[in-house]
Amino acid sequence: MTAGFQFDLCNRNRLLESKGVQGASVTKTGTTIAGLVFKDGVVLGADTRSTSGSTVADKNCEKIHFIAPNIYCCGAGTAADTENVTGMISSSLDLHRYATGRESRVVTAMTMLKSHLFRYQGYVSAALVLGGVDFRGPHLFTVYPHGSTDALPFCTMGSGSLNAMAVFEAGYKDDLTREEAVELVANAIKAGIYNDLGSGSNVDICVITKGKVDYLRNHEYLQNKTYQRRHPVTYGKGTTKVTKEKIIPLSELTIQDGDATAMDTS
Amino acid sequence: MAAPPLQLHTPASIGPASGPGDIKSRPAWSPYDDNGGTCVAVAGSDYCIVAASTRLSTGFSILTRDCSKLFQISEQVYIASAGFQADIRALQKMLQTRNVMYQHIHRKPMSASALAQLLGNNLYYKRFFPYFTWNLCVGLDPEGKGSVYTYDPVGSFERVGYSCQGSGKDLIQPVLDNQLKAASPLVLPSENWMTALPLEQAQDLVRDAFVSAGERDIYTGDCVEILTITTGGVHRETLDLKKD
Repeated sequence: MTAGFQFDLCNRNRLLESKGVQGASVTKTGTTIAGLVFKDGVVLGADTRSTSGSTVADKNCEKIHFIAPNIYCCGAGTAADTENVTGMISSSLDLHRYATGRESRVVTAMTMLKSHLFRYQGYVSAALVLGGVDFRGPHLFTVYPHGSTDALPFCTMGSGSLNAMAVFEAGYKDDLTREEAVELVANAIKAGIYNDLGSGSNVDICVITKGKVDYLRNHEYLQNKTYQRRHPVTYGKGTTKVTKEKIIPLSELTIQDGDATAMDTS
Repeated sequence: MAAPPLQLHTPASIGPASGPGDIKSRPAWSPYDDNGGTCVAVAGSDYCIVAASTRLSTGFSILTRDCSKLFQISEQVYIASAGFQADIRALQKMLQTRNVMYQHIHRKPMSASALAQLLGNNLYYKRFFPYFTWNLCVGLDPEGKGSVYTYDPVGSFERVGYSCQGSGKDLIQPVLDNQLKAASPLVLPSENWMTALPLEQAQDLVRDAFVSAGERDIYTGDCVEILTITTGGVHRETLDLKKD
């Protein structure tokens, strides 16, 4: 299983660029993600805004990705990279479990992620917060796009990382209870949502404990509209004129068998 | 193959490279910033609405959630500006000075059309080091009808029935075009270019436009300030937008 990219179009694109053609823009999850180790496990948190330049591309996206039944991973950076890199590592861990018959370890996921990211020299732009519980206990890692990693009791990533880290630094204690930990992570994410323009909408939380995962999608739903229109615009039936109509009853159709050709499976 | 043209690689020499191996350079510092924000104005037959969001931001940070982008020149004439806050303030200060001078000379407040021309001249005066601002000049004309003038940063302007400027323009302007479509005031024979909507419905449209732009534009949010100018006076209201 080695991931591979095709680079065929590099020369063509370089030529186009030299002629002044603009390259494609990608959807970034300008993001606040955070993770925290507490007494019995790990809490992961994320906002739900994804942006493309200064417009909001998705108001309620999922940034906490499944890695293994006991491991989840928050992703910041280019949306496609975070989704695919977590998906690839998730599927190879799945095969690894079939081969070994054991629960996946968080360090295994972390090592696979960092070696993939290091191979691509930072061009796979995924900044991750990886958390899980295995037989050695709870683990929390940050993985940077270039492939470096940290093992920390609490960590944040994304454009709102400073906002979230400010909350963590003010409120973190060792051995928090589950409730305290969830509240602290939610507050850290909210600091990003309100103060970082790349982050917004709702708070997703994932609590991983020994043998149990609680994925709290939209743990806090924050964003209600502040005004409802008093004179909504309604378009009456026939606003778009039908200029031509032709009905073909199925009963009048005869079906002719063409020459059957075998599917090319070579 | 022709040799690439000789270039002085000073920090200011910008532009596309003319061949492989050419050094691209760019200025290390820009005097400009974009502080975002959206302005909308709608002219009616007996009213004029001008509205602007109050978030001031730079990059991915919010500088303040409560910064008015509307500036009063005379009793019924306002300027709404989006873009670079420092240039907006410089422009407002200059217009205020010119307004005081105008009143000393002419013994009357500036009309919307007088201010519109003044603003156009002063923007064009800075043609090659422009004010990085997107403006609307809003007021009532001598007949009491709403008047909206819309500008580009270097002073091209036009009287219109409605307009939108700033970071939410791409989201709001097409909605206004659809809901208020009005002929250009220059069309001959002259057609009614003023919005036909009654005041309450126009206000409803403006509120909804801002709430919707706040959903999708990261630089529009926090609050919107809406002024309704009629011959009876100016009514001010604020509406909360999303804070994220």
